[in-house]
Amino acid sequence: MATPSPGADEGVPSGGVRSPLAAGEEAPLAGHGCGEPAREATAGPPAVVFDSCGMAFDGPSGPVEALREVSLTVGAGEFVSLIGPSGCGKSTLLRLAAGLLAPARGTVAVLGQPPAAARRARRLSMVFQDPALLPWRTAQANVELPLELAGRPARERRRAAAAALDLVGLAGFEDARPAQLSGGMRQRVAIARALTLEPALLLMDEPFAAVDELTRERLNLELLRIWRRTGAAVLFVTHSIEEAVFLSDRVVVLTARPGSVAAVVPIDLPRPRTPEQRRSEAAFRLAARVRLALEEASG
Amino acid sequence: MKAHALARPLRARRPAGEPGAAGSTAGRRWPLRWLLGMLGLALVLALWEGAVAVLRVPLYVLPAPSVIAAQVVRDWPLLARHARPTLIEAFGGFALGNGVAIVLAALFVHWPAVQRSVFPIAIALRTVPLVAITPLLLVWLGNGYAPKIAIAALISFFPTLVNMTRGFSAVDPQTLELLHTLSASRWQVFTKVRWPSSLPYLFAALKIAATSCVLGAVIAEWIGSDRGLGYLVIAATFELRVARLWATIAVTSGIALGAFLLVVAAERVCVPWRSETGPAS
Repeated sequence: MATPSPGADEGVPSGGVRSPLAAGEEAPLAGHGCGEPAREATAGPPAVVFDSCGMAFDGPSGPVEALREVSLTVGAGEFVSLIGPSGCGKSTLLRLAAGLLAPARGTVAVLGQPPAAARRARRLSMVFQDPALLPWRTAQANVELPLELAGRPARERRRAAAAALDLVGLAGFEDARPAQLSGGMRQRVAIARALTLEPALLLMDEPFAAVDELTRERLNLELLRIWRRTGAAVLFVTHSIEEAVFLSDRVVVLTARPGSVAAVVPIDLPRPRTPEQRRSEAAFRLAARVRLALEEASG
Repeated sequence: MKAHALARPLRARRPAGEPGAAGSTAGRRWPLRWLLGMLGLALVLALWEGAVAVLRVPLYVLPAPSVIAAQVVRDWPLLARHARPTLIEAFGGFALGNGVAIVLAALFVHWPAVQRSVFPIAIALRTVPLVAITPLLLVWLGNGYAPKIAIAALISFFPTLVNMTRGFSAVDPQTLELLHTLSASRWQVFTKVRWPSSLPYLFAALKIAATSCVLGAVIAEWIGSDRGLGYLVIAATFELRVARLWATIAVTSGIALGAFLLVVAAERVCVPWRSETGPAS
């Protein structure tokens, strides 16, 4: 497998340490006053704004409240992780941002638009826990799918898909069918597929929950490298505290159902992040903070 | 992980134009399976031949396979002449019955109301005994190909309808959600996901239809026709030509088997990801 040597893949930091956005709902948007050269994508409206969102589903015994008063802003180009007890509505939040669900109360804006409009404008992509590849298509054809649905010409599709596969380190596997690839490689194809539309927002729902620990760590590094290259904002749902800390600018801890924001932990580890940082003092301290918040939130 | 190990040789083989590591192993097992199938058939024929000789079974009860084979050779021009209309009817019925079933199943998946109102009618059609409805169809549709094609279609229709209704709905929900996030239209979801993922179901149904459409055509001819293998069965029975009767049965079975094998071959061409993959991990 074409595994880039760890540590070398995140590229050169453009502006030194990326400063985390201030915690909470009043997070400053573009050009937050830290005086650091922000990445190009940091201009423009925030990637996602949840404004006092509430959500309920029909349960067997009346409606079940899934989310209560969730307010959260993901800045343009920011990497935010959602973590919380099972069933706290993390995936529901992602589906609200994708426009797959509409909030019962409050509003959601994606890139300054209603989520469904952003989805139709093909400004956002989603990656699921299951790669959801079409088994009859080759890796290349799977990656081309979003462009095909958007009606882009074949030449553009081929070029964009090849570039995306190359970006996730799967050049040379264009003609492989999903069944011929390992679990980690399949998930990388799914990520390449999400990247072909060059989205400004990437919604990831436990994308590495089904791969083994070492593969997950490698994919974490690749994801950071890709994130840096594309400039997309990422809203990342995970169950792993350690993964959330390693990847994110901020970790948002949600309470048990009904989900609401319990704590926002800014992650001030320097970027680009290296495998050594995963096991550093600072990372452990941050993980401990997230764990504490999570334990309180779980009640 | 097994799939992981396969990925390496795949890369190394790619320049040589190998389709995939798993595909070639499936290819090697293919002749062996054929051989076993032939062996079983040969065994049954040998037992039959031996039993008829040892027990001195009279010809009118059960002729030996060798006698039937000789009769097929002797009657070949006659059998071929009567096989032609049967083939036309069977194929026509196959195309019509499966075509209508596929279109209906597609409508069912998109408009559940259609399913609720049409499915009972389909079941009612299924419960009508063919022997009873065939004379009616002869009255309604005349004495040509039409009533036989209708019977062959009717007999192919139901299994395909049931299978394809399942097949079009048997889509991974995560894939549907993905298509939704990609703003795919209903038509795109159908052509890019529902149709390809229903192909295994389609071929399961077509395998049933391939043999039953031949039987449907023969039954229809049996009840009212002056040509076709079904007619030949009746004629041979009335004339007490037992060997010819058996020869006709042999040719009918041969056609049904041929149709089945054609569907199997088509499946291997149209659903290659099935045979290539082996057990999903």
